[in-house]
Formats: sequence, structure tokens, C-alpha cells
Amino acid sequence: MTGAADGLTLTDVCILLNDKPLVHVSAHVKPGDVLTIMGPSGSGKSTLLAYIGGFLDKAFSGMGSVQLNGVSIEHMPAQTRQVGILFQDPLLFPHMSVGQNLLFAIPAEQKGSDIRRGMAEEALKEVGLEGLFDRDPATLSGGQKARVALIRVLLSSPKALLLDEPFSKLDADRRSSIRKIVFDLAKARNLPVLLVTHDTDDADAAGGSVIMPLETRST
Amino acid sequence: MLKHIPALTLFILIGPVLAGLLGALLPAFGILPTLGGTEATVAYFAEVLTTPGVMRSSCISLLVGLLTTAISLSIVMTLIAGWQGTRFFKALQSLLSPLLSVPHAAAAFGLAFLIAPSGWLMRLFSPWATGLSRPPDWLIVNDPMALSMMAGLIAKEVPFLLLVALAALPQSDARQKANLASTLGYGPIAGFYKTTFPLVYRQIRLPVLAVLAYATSVVDVAIILGPTTPPPLSVRLLQWMNDPEITERFKASAGAQLQLCVTACALVVWLLSERVIRQFGFKSVVKGKRHFADETIRKTIALLAILSSAMVLAGIATLGIWSFAGFWRFPNALPNSFTLDIWARQGMGLETPMQNTLLIGITATLIAVTLTLACLEQEARSGKTATSRALLLLYVPLIVPQVSFLFGLEILALQLGGKAHITSVVLTHVIFVLPYAYLSLADPWRAWDKRYAAVAFGMGHGPNTVFWRVRVPMLLSAILTASAVGFAVSIGQYLATLLIGGGRFPTITTEAVALASGGDRRVIGVYALIQALLPFIGFGLALFVPAILYRNRRALKATA
Repeated sequence: MTGAADGLTLTDVCILLNDKPLVHVSAHVKPGDVLTIMGPSGSGKSTLLAYIGGFLDKAFSGMGSVQLNGVSIEHMPAQTRQVGILFQDPLLFPHMSVGQNLLFAIPAEQKGSDIRRGMAEEALKEVGLEGLFDRDPATLSGGQKARVALIRVLLSSPKALLLDEPFSKLDADRRSSIRKIVFDLAKARNLPVLLVTHDTDDADAAGGSVIMPLETRST
Repeated sequence: MLKHIPALTLFILIGPVLAGLLGALLPAFGILPTLGGTEATVAYFAEVLTTPGVMRSSCISLLVGLLTTAISLSIVMTLIAGWQGTRFFKALQSLLSPLLSVPHAAAAFGLAFLIAPSGWLMRLFSPWATGLSRPPDWLIVNDPMALSMMAGLIAKEVPFLLLVALAALPQSDARQKANLASTLGYGPIAGFYKTTFPLVYRQIRLPVLAVLAYATSVVDVAIILGPTTPPPLSVRLLQWMNDPEITERFKASAGAQLQLCVTACALVVWLLSERVIRQFGFKSVVKGKRHFADETIRKTIALLAILSSAMVLAGIATLGIWSFAGFWRFPNALPNSFTLDIWARQGMGLETPMQNTLLIGITATLIAVTLTLACLEQEARSGKTATSRALLLLYVPLIVPQVSFLFGLEILALQLGGKAHITSVVLTHVIFVLPYAYLSLADPWRAWDKRYAAVAFGMGHGPNTVFWRVRVPMLLSAILTASAVGFAVSIGQYLATLLIGGGRFPTITTEAVALASGGDRRVIGVYALIQALLPFIGFGLALFVPAILYRNRRALKATA
């Protein structure tokens, strides 16, 4: 049951720095699809995700409409948008165990500590990290951290997923396997995914359409 | 609510300073109805200015301020120039940073016990080196040239300026500049002064001015180490303020204005010197001279730094020895016997000061750290960083002479007729605790990776959850360190407790300084030792609580 409005729709979204446009995008991402936004590092791609997520730095200004499943979210506070994000770094909360990181993400509506714990354990199993519930995140390998970060954002039941170069800090052999897990799990949950990257391999693996919406100025 | 906290905080900081300045201004011109002063007059200024020796007192204050600041700054800058990045520098840093938390009065007592004619140094070298079997009749402590007072101040200001300078180094690209200068053939000292100093100085200018203002108006160190015939201006002011003859308050008010002038004068001289040195510096930079006798200077400065920190440490050790000393005949290096008698005898008397110290210190720190956190959180939520002008306001209570505005506050309280209340004492401590707590916490708070907040928002958590469950726990170590800094500042307050409390709330510090004139070294030893050690309890907690709480969290241990 997917209507035309389902998914993530950007209409004339523009990010400005000192009144100069950095990015200008109109696009629609259907549930289960990945849209890749390509551009060199430091070109302002991340600010687009920050605008959609609702945490754009005050130095920038953004405009344009962002609709998620037909609802305009660009004026909502970040915490009510239900837009999950993965960054380059896993950003696991260092003061919590792996399991606490996951429990922190599971929505409060999900009651019962046994059920919540069960969900977390199940998610760990899904990405091959059984038994790591009580571990200190700092003791995990890079690939393990990336997988915990992924299931953490998915456990928070987002309605869309933003990926901010999430594979660029992984070494080459881990990279493709993590990439596959991310896209597979997002697809399985029927999430619209917006990926920004400077790496064409990422774009190829994502399989969706690719746009390069960046204002290119030869300054 | 949170929106108004920065304004409230500024009001708590600046309000009392302005009120205090005003409170002493009118009585200085004879207007203080409660004491029968209704007509404006300049008679009290005339009275102050014609008091014998008042000019000399003012000059002492002025010169002590300028000299200690210039010498402390030179030591710190040259130390960084010659030794940054070396193992010796790291060792020195870990030696100096605990000294930062030792209250001025305790350090001053320690120094006094060390260098007095019958002090520990003389005992160590007698009679085998000096040939003395009785303490010589020299005026070392309280010398008329204020040398020992300046030594005490320098020993305390060097760790402070070193800390603020170290925080400024990374932003000045100090290491790259040092490397670049050395490839051009510059010695480390010449290279540093020509390439890095102007940048570092610009960043630490406010703390330097605070040191300058403090040294021109300090009271406790002046009572303990300063000259007595006549004493520095601030000490004479305190004598007038505490005079049982209540009309002396008019004279004290006029004196408070003189103190303001002296401090302002020191600031003006300093700011003018900045310009002169700037001009001179520009000329020197382009001349291309590569060396300023770098090796000799490097070694001398290292020696000086070691000496000044060793002095404070040995001083505190001396306090400890005296507090346990039985009979101790000159020139024996150690007492004939050790005893707990002094501590046992002081035990009962210590109770109230100790309670007051902890109560005031803990409450003031809690208030200051809460306000600091609220300001920083408001800044994070609104996305507006505090401007440099707002930061300047943070330094107002540190630059306006305490003795002037605290006295004004006391007079205001007198007019309102209320009895001194411990709440006023606590709030006055907050004025001095808050700037240090804020300065200590602001950098780590802002350095926190905001993407953690973005991740949590994406999970549906609001700003309050992010604050309490993510940011505060992650920055716990920094918050506790800022609290320890604040607690140490509160422990060190002398005037704020004495004047605002009207003498009704004795603390360890006010008791210790009050004992200075009596000269019972054993009792002073007890009080000053407690005073020196109390701040370390705070720093100990700041170190151990996160270590225990996060014993299984490697990422947080590394930053602690």
C-alpha cells in the first residue's frame, strides 16, 4: 500500500551560507529506495542532511519543503521528525554499554524491560553481534561499532534514514560488507534512504538514482 | 526559563559589583544618612590623602601589582618559549598545576614559615653553613620593599598564567611556528617572542589584567607577607573598615575610591606599556636577530620555575611539620618531638570554621556550576555563542578591586539594617566562583561533538533527554573539574567572607589570616595546612568519581 506521497520528498530545498547557495535539491525517494547525492568532501552535502534532520547549524540557513509520507516536517523540532541518521563515525554513546545504547534508541512506547531487552538482543543477532550486549563500545572493532550504530538507528523506528558518508572511515574489506548490511536492512524495513557520499562505489552499491545537485563555483 | 538564565547570571555577577561601587561612592563624599552624613563634602578624601604614609602605601600597591604581573608573565612566556614540548615541561606542568588550587593565604603562610629568619631554610643551613645558633635579626617576611610579598604572589600567579597560556597555545599554532622559526635559524626564545607571543598574549590578556588588578588590591597575602610600616593600601583600608569608631567608615569609603584609582592607574600603565612594547617589538621583529642568549635564558628560567614551585611545596610541608611539632629549638632542622596535641587542642575550635567553609564552598559551587551549565546549554540550544563582550563582563568581578566593592556592599547592608546572613556570604562567593567555573567548563563543553545530539534527536529524544542522559554524563569529568576549581576558589576567599559576613561566619581561611598577627606557628600550621589541603578533596573527587563510575568505559577514561 504505497501511495504517491509515501517516502521522502524534497521540494526546492536550498542551503545557504552567507546568502550564497551551497546545495539546491528537489527529489523524491520512495520507501525502500536509496537516493545518492554525490559531491566532493566539504561541498555542503552534510548540511542538506542536517536541514532534513532538523539540526542545521545556525551559521547556515535552509529553505524549501521536506515531506515525509505526505507530512511537512521542516518546521518540526528534530526529535519529532522520526528521521534517523548515520554519520561517518559510529558515535556510540561512550558512557553506555552496547546494550544501553540500543535500549536508549528503542521508543518509550515499547514497554516492558524484558521485551525491550529482547529487541536489542535480537537486533544484535541480526548483524552477527550476539552476546555483546554488556560490552563497552570502546572495545569493539570498527566494523562492529558500525553495525551497532546501524541497528541502534533502526531500533528507534525511524520513517526515513539519512546516511552521511557512513562508510568512508571503514577499511576496504569491511566496507562492502557493512554497506550491504545497511542497504539490505533499510530495504527490509521499507525505509526511504538518502545517502551523501563522494565515493562512486557507494553510489553503485546503493543501486538507486544518483544526483549531483551542488552549486559548483570555480572559486 | 532557560532563556533568561544568561541575563540572570550576568545580573548575579555584575549587579553586586555595581551596587558595591555605588555603595562606597556616596559615603566617600560624606553622604550616609544612617551614620548622620547628609551633606556632601570632600573632607574625607582630604583626610585619607593626609594620612601619614598613605602615598607610600599606594605606591607599594601599584608597584607590587605591576612587578608581580610583569615577572609572572615573563616567567610563563619564557618557560613556554624555551621548553614547550619537552619532557621537562610536562614534568613541570604536573608540578605546577596542583599549586594552582592552593589558596593564596596558605601558600603565603608556607612561604613565610620557610624564609623567615627562624624559618625552615635558615634551620637547614644553620649552624653548619651560616654559623648561626640563634635566628638572625633580619626583616625577611614583611620586608619594607615587599619582596617577600611579591615572591608569594609570583609563586601563585605563575601556575595560573601557565594554565591559561597552555589553553591558548593550540589556537596560536605555537608548535608549527616554533618549528618554522627554528628552520629559519631562530633560537627558541627569540623565535617564540617574535612569532607566537603576540598571538598568545592577545588571548590571555584578560586573565593577565585580572592578575594585575588582583595584585594591586590583595589583602590576605599582604597581611601575611607584606610590609607593615606602612602596609599596602588594601590592608590599611581594611583597618579603617574594621575600626570600632563607626565614623571611620567615611574615611574607608574615600579610601576605597583611592584603591580604585590605584588599580585603574596600574591598568593604564600596563595598557600603555603594551603599546610601547608593541612598537618596540615591531622594530625588533624585522631586524632578523636570531638569538637572545637563548641557552642561558632557557636554563635560568627553568631554575626559576623549579625554585618557585619548590618554595610553595616546601612551604606547605613546613606548615605540616609545625602543626605536629613539639619542642623545636633553633637551629634544629626538625622538631625534637612530634605531637598531636596541637590538633587535639584545636579540634573543637575547628568545627565551626570547617562547617562554614564546607557549607559556603559547596553551596556557592553548586549555584555557580548550575548557572554555568544553564548558560552553556542555552547557548547550545539557541546557537548563539557568548560574544567577547559578554566574556569581558565575566572578568568584571575579577578586575574591579574586591576590597572596594565588597566594602560598598557592606555599607549598603548596614543601611538596610539587616544582620549579616549566610545567604549573602554564599552569593558573594558565587561572584568569584562563577567566572572560574565558567572558564573551566566552557571549552570542553563547546568541544563536545554535536553529532551525538543529532543522533539522539533522530531517535526521538528531546533536548532535555540529550542534556541529562548524553551530554552531562559524557562531560561529567569536565563538570566535576569545574566544580573542584570553583570549590577551591571559594575556599580561598578571605574578604568576601569577612566583610559580607560581618565576621559572623568564620571559615578556615578567615581564621588562618586572623592568626597571622599572633604568630603562633603551630596553630597557624593547623589552619593553613587544612586550607591548603581542602581544595584537593574536590579535585580528588573530580578524578575518582568518573574513574569509578566509568571504570568499564575506556573512551571516557582516556579523556579524564
